Amino acid sequence: MTMRVVRGTLASKVFAVVAIIGVGVLAFLPSWGSVSLQRKMVELLTLVALAVMWNLLAGFAGVVSVGQQAFVGLGAYSMIALVNVHHQNLYASVPLSGLVAAVLSIPVGLIAFRLRGSYFAIGTWVLAEAISLIVILQRSVGAGNGVSLKVAGYSLATRQDNSYWFALFVGVGAVLLTYVVLRSRLGLQMQAIRDSEDGARGLGANVYRTRFLVWVLAAFWTGLAGATYYLQQLRVQPAGTGGAFSVVQWTAPIVFIVVIGGIGTIEGPVIGAVLYYFLRDRFKDHQTVYLISMGVIAIAVALLLQGGVWGTIRRKLGADLFPVRRRLVE
Amino acid sequence: MVWTNAVIQGVLLGGLYALFATGLSLSFGVMRLVNLAHGDLAIFAAFMTLSISTTLKINPLVALVIVVPAAFIVGYILQRLVFDRVVGVDPAFQIVATFGLGIVIQNALLEKYTADTQGLNVGALKTSTIKINNAIGIGWLPLFTFATAVAVLGSLALFLKRTKLGRAFRATSDDADAARLMGIDIKRVFAVAMGLAIATVALAGVLFGARSSFDPFVGPARLIYAFEAVVIGGLGSLWGTLAGGVTLGVAQAIGRKINPQWGELFGHGVFLAVLVLRPTGMFGKAQSR
Repeated sequence: MTMRVVRGTLASKVFAVVAIIGVGVLAFLPSWGSVSLQRKMVELLTLVALAVMWNLLAGFAGVVSVGQQAFVGLGAYSMIALVNVHHQNLYASVPLSGLVAAVLSIPVGLIAFRLRGSYFAIGTWVLAEAISLIVILQRSVGAGNGVSLKVAGYSLATRQDNSYWFALFVGVGAVLLTYVVLRSRLGLQMQAIRDSEDGARGLGANVYRTRFLVWVLAAFWTGLAGATYYLQQLRVQPAGTGGAFSVVQWTAPIVFIVVIGGIGTIEGPVIGAVLYYFLRDRFKDHQTVYLISMGVIAIAVALLLQGGVWGTIRRKLGADLFPVRRRLVE
Repeated sequence: MVWTNAVIQGVLLGGLYALFATGLSLSFGVMRLVNLAHGDLAIFAAFMTLSISTTLKINPLVALVIVVPAAFIVGYILQRLVFDRVVGVDPAFQIVATFGLGIVIQNALLEKYTADTQGLNVGALKTSTIKINNAIGIGWLPLFTFATAVAVLGSLALFLKRTKLGRAFRATSDDADAARLMGIDIKRVFAVAMGLAIATVALAGVLFGARSSFDPFVGPARLIYAFEAVVIGGLGSLWGTLAGGVTLGVAQAIGRKINPQWGELFGHGVFLAVLVLRPTGMFGKAQSR
């Protein structure tokens, strides 16, 4: 009897085909969907990207940050600065903004990584607050009042379509990026560290470097998602409701999405984001009660059902849609 | 003289920060738990005090007789029912549970009290000052707050040093497993620690509400200042927490004196400088964690 190590399953192969067709259909949404659907999809897809990135950090690398709003805001404000102040091309500014967020995440990370566990989490929050306060002092980008992206010269329809394609790239790309990272050497180290830091260190994994790499990668993609979201919104303000640096606007929903969907799985954050967005749209007249319910559900999941929605389904199904784990078969 | 006044006000404000930080330091020290709803629970206590004092027509400071013991019970139950399940597991769940609790409290307060700013009317105490000279005046309320902080920290230090339960606290903090093997009921230690943490932060919340206006969303900033005070002072040192709070208060006061928008930023600056230059804080004994 010979045994083989395999990763793919029947479910994963069927899913791959369905997913490719699905993304293909979504790519042509501007030609078949309404403008309002297109706008909603931008919001959903950026939320997916942010949740997937937070999950890569918290669920796979064991880096739990409550300060990711810093990178959403840095992405958004870098785009504003590049376009409004430095007169760069609107669409080239989006990826550049992700890059700025990634570069700035290095000094931020060097400081934050001096703390561990829960203290690391609040430390990132403090750093995000400090960055937000510095941005509020910048008059060239509207200080505390906010600012509008200068889009004169671009037609509304093209801008809308381009925002959508950016969002599709950012959302689907986040999932694919996670998948590729997890199947790589880096991914193996990350998960080994998450499961046992000392054990992984003993086997030669560089804990600090691995975590730092994931931190910068997540900052890059989070900045990209932030820029994409505000490319559609046009108006950016630093704090308060809808603020680019607001913890309630960004990190709170992201954390709820990931935990409810299933932390430490690729599928979970996507499912969580769709659920969260759909329900938020449904209860948009009762935002306060909605947030209370989401908070209570997230607490309950964290205490009682730590696998979340997808973790529970996976246990019943016994298969992954994204084959990361290796299995032994005859 | 203007600067001396700023420093004095900063020191007094620092006492309040230290009071906010005491519970955070205690719960981290005893059970390695960081409660991200810490600030929101303080503001919750301030709102409760507002309701009690207006309903019973009593001074908010008198209402503390009800609020502080109630807060202890809330903390005790919270630890037993909720936080016990996230002690010693993946920190992600600890953060989600406590962060979620914070969001729930903020929105519940918003639902009940709206987003209007409120204040606790403590009468003449709020406005009366001891006038040293034309530039320097010390308010009775800030002075009372500072004295309260010192008294609370002092009693807590005595409790930890002299009582049997205090010894159990220190043992659990050093090594929870060993403490349990020695017959210490660590679940009870955890619950009492959280009770004390919430009681002190409720006291801080009420004193905060007496000096400044508040709304349902000012809790996170209280958590952040408390955390900064703990880190600046050094983990695991109660008197360090007081020094950390005072340092933070003075930094903010000086920053605000230079430019009204710089107060908070100066505070964050000192925090970051300590983290970079001396991660163990001013009085920290262990390595930073």
